[in-house]
Amino acid sequence: MTITENTPITPSRTGTSPAAKAISAVPAQREHRQTPAGGRQRLVVVGNGMAGIRAVEEILARGGADLFEVTVFGDEPYGNYNRILLSNVLAGADTEDEIFLNTPEWYTDNGIRLRAGTRVTGLDRYARVVATEDGTVTPYDKLIIATGSRSFIPPIKGLTGPDGQLPGGVFAFRTIDDCRSMIAFAGGRRTAAVIGGGLLGLEAARGLQTYGLEVHVIDAAPTLMNQQLCAEAGGILRRGVEELGITVHPGARTAQVLLAADETGDGETDGGAAGDGGGLGRAVGLEFADGTRLDVDMIVVAAGIRPNVDVGLRGGLTVERGIVTDDQMRSVDDPDVYVVGECAQHRGQVYGLVAPLWEQATVLAEHITGVNPDAAYHGSKTATKLKVAGVAVAAMGLKDAEHPDDEVVRFVEPRQGVYKSVVIRDGKLVGATLLGDTAKSASLIQAFDHGLPLPEERLKLLFDIGLPAAEVGAAEMADEAQVCNCNGVSKGKIVACVKGGMKTVPGVMNATRAGKGCGSCKTLVKEIVEWAADGDVEDDPSANWYVPGVPMDKPTLMAAVREQELRSVSAVFAALAPDGREDAASKMALTSLLRIVWGGDFVDERDGRFINDRVHANIQKDGTFSVVPMIAGGVTSPDELRRIADVAEKYSVPMVKITGGQRIDLLGVRKEDLPKVWADLDMPSGHAYGKSFRTVKTCVGKDFCRFGVGDSTALGVAIEQRYHGLESPGKLKLAVNGCPRNCAEGLIKDVGVVAIDGGRWEIYIGGAGGAHVRKGDLLATVDSPEEVMTLTGRFLQYYRENGKWLERTYTFVPRVGIEKIRAVVVDDTEGIAADLDARIQESIDAYRDPWLERDEPATPGQFRASLPLVSLPRVPVR
Amino acid sequence: MSATDTTTSATMDAAIATTSAMRAETTGAGPGSGARAGAGTASGARRTGAVHRLGPVAEIPVGEARAYAVDGQQIAVFRLRGGGLRAVDAVCPHAGGPLADGQSDDAVVICPLHAHVFDLSTGESASGAEPLGCYPVGLAADGTLEVTV
Repeated sequence: MTITENTPITPSRTGTSPAAKAISAVPAQREHRQTPAGGRQRLVVVGNGMAGIRAVEEILARGGADLFEVTVFGDEPYGNYNRILLSNVLAGADTEDEIFLNTPEWYTDNGIRLRAGTRVTGLDRYARVVATEDGTVTPYDKLIIATGSRSFIPPIKGLTGPDGQLPGGVFAFRTIDDCRSMIAFAGGRRTAAVIGGGLLGLEAARGLQTYGLEVHVIDAAPTLMNQQLCAEAGGILRRGVEELGITVHPGARTAQVLLAADETGDGETDGGAAGDGGGLGRAVGLEFADGTRLDVDMIVVAAGIRPNVDVGLRGGLTVERGIVTDDQMRSVDDPDVYVVGECAQHRGQVYGLVAPLWEQATVLAEHITGVNPDAAYHGSKTATKLKVAGVAVAAMGLKDAEHPDDEVVRFVEPRQGVYKSVVIRDGKLVGATLLGDTAKSASLIQAFDHGLPLPEERLKLLFDIGLPAAEVGAAEMADEAQVCNCNGVSKGKIVACVKGGMKTVPGVMNATRAGKGCGSCKTLVKEIVEWAADGDVEDDPSANWYVPGVPMDKPTLMAAVREQELRSVSAVFAALAPDGREDAASKMALTSLLRIVWGGDFVDERDGRFINDRVHANIQKDGTFSVVPMIAGGVTSPDELRRIADVAEKYSVPMVKITGGQRIDLLGVRKEDLPKVWADLDMPSGHAYGKSFRTVKTCVGKDFCRFGVGDSTALGVAIEQRYHGLESPGKLKLAVNGCPRNCAEGLIKDVGVVAIDGGRWEIYIGGAGGAHVRKGDLLATVDSPEEVMTLTGRFLQYYRENGKWLERTYTFVPRVGIEKIRAVVVDDTEGIAADLDARIQESIDAYRDPWLERDEPATPGQFRASLPLVSLPRVPVR
Repeated sequence: MSATDTTTSATMDAAIATTSAMRAETTGAGPGSGARAGAGTASGARRTGAVHRLGPVAEIPVGEARAYAVDGQQIAVFRLRGGGLRAVDAVCPHAGGPLADGQSDDAVVICPLHAHVFDLSTGESASGAEPLGCYPVGLAADGTLEVTV
């Protein structure tokens, strides 16, 4: 064996002359234990594709240039290009230049010798050399095999010659040369067949259409994209593909390729290139197993890929489907031989997607450079999201149930070309397919990769229910699109925050204020963060805490409060917060919780309250307040109206407005006037300012309405008088309807009661008609107003004790589940109904109208102006 | 500062504060200094170094704040649960919210209107708003609040 050092095609950065190299060339057998001149090891990379070069880039990024003298061998006579984009080149969407990732200059600039167009044919691990087809050998200290894959050519008669060569008019679809040959050949042809109905086949078919060809897809499998899609989804994809004018032949078994003798002087193909047949003849059609024929002018084979493992075999490495590696991406047989990309088999898996390959390259680089000797690859969960033949597809994990107890949720709308399914096992997402509408792919990929907890309403995995911006997925949104419509935060701003290093959803929300208004965009914000972080979102441990300042969820916190008898907000901080540190943002929620736990025995520290609860009115934009007296059930009297009118005039109230809850709002009242206004009104507080029971909206009911079947006003008034003002995790708005026409909108209330014929009443819970819209769930149908009253109170107490802070019933009810709530509240399966009833009665007994503080202020200066130099109100007077 | 402005909007407490502010103005601040309206900022507050007596500390509940008119400026004084006092501009630079109505702890105040967060010692905002002006504040021997603007 002759051993010569090879001259690089491009000069190396060190500028060593070929002559100097010849002098330094020594037999590898003697050299291989030594470190070459300059203290650098020789790193030889076999394979100049995306995996090999990514690995080199990762090595260089870790100071690899000082450690290694790098030589790269590549079959193809080019720099590294993005193979994924070849279909774009075929379709004319990208030029060849656009898909190159590393130009020859890049190799030069980084001191890498590129031996492009030189196939490695041998590996001698004992001599530590690789041999190339021109008979030369190159020594190495470390070797990376990144030989990728080749097109799989199925064993069909006539498809290949004895030496594996393809006949004229038959093409593989793997390299830039394949692509060029196809483009050169396609001009002037009429029909083409693509063998293979997978991703690559469909992309080839779509690309060939660009050249005016009538395209047939011959798919041996019954379903397009059989690897990723179940039969139903494949059928929908097929419809989409056929709408584009591509004919699909599913389940077609090709028996042989029909050949004609070579035509001489075919000017459209240049000698030596693929497509000319090399004496095998020229393809003119296909014959199928059932005897039918299809005449075509060209055939593209896209029937899958097979790992290139020849170098491994020749080196005596363990090869199964790929070259078998350990977790450091080394061959299991040789610690100096690394394997990366499609030719590597790790824990039984061979990956054909780019994401796992990046992860492997990173681990390889960490390990080979010694930056992190413990770096380990643990395998990848693969998810694809792409547009195939114009149809958006996202697929991950299982395509259908495999075990009897796998849970599958599926939505199919064939006319729209939409298919969505998820496969859930043991509460974790193990597979998902989205076709036609991939808006939910980001959150699904996130849940799939990280095994995140899933919403009880599985439908939410497939749809953004009730979200205003639901149609647009995080990925598709424009940067300047406004995500948070309350605080005016764009997608670009959120993405910039993530790119700036913030990797938790609450962190991004705090920094950008996105989702800090009405909160209805929170899901979208979460999706954008997940998308921008590319799966690298960090879980925020505080997500389950009741308040940010005390690291406990609500049940734990309530237990601690009871056990340690913590009756004030400051006592909770002292006992339970880290370092006993108080936290302004936690105070309001703790005040609410303590009041629910202790009722009247709670030690009321006024700084624990939000301003609205300190002065029992709702703060307005100019620092004035709104005053809403209680008008139970929306039923008032001339005398009350007269007093309200007098107050409005006396205090120059800028606006008097009828509210959505059937009450009257006096807006723009100065803080210092509040006690006087209350005194003159002489009505109880309507609590239109707190996280508490607010109002019961009613319709006229049977006393007046000719359709009424129940006395809705009387029941509504009774409910409001009994429960009004009680603190709760979120505000409570109720309604009672006298008939199923629902004039009081009971189906979209926290609790909605509907009279039905026969003197019975339906109770709905968890409805919403604000930033979020949700129809309530039927809790029970009962026979009397008294039962309505009892069940309402029992549900409210259950919500008060179990709802998270600011969690409205429309979130609470689906989270806990209507069945569970019904079991507890109606059927008393946990035996706590009597306790719930007793505890809400305690809260009712402890209730005192806060507007009575007008006579004896609770704190010094309780109603003193906080903007003493600003003349209020500063709102328009109507 | 125009006297009519303050008397129409101020409560009795605020009127006391105004009186003390006016008294301070006659002793300390120069003429024409009342032209500036609204809140000072960390960089732009009008500083005279004058000490103003505001009133008894007892008029601020522990853990809360009260606002004072001081030499034509509005200043919120916080009485911390940890025992300290802090004085900052009373008006939120974001949208004019009354910071004395905000919830606070030993470190920050949260504006009641849009929940912007400000450090009570530095005036810096943790939520992207412009900073607040901060003022030295302490207690005189007789328990009267004294702020230096």
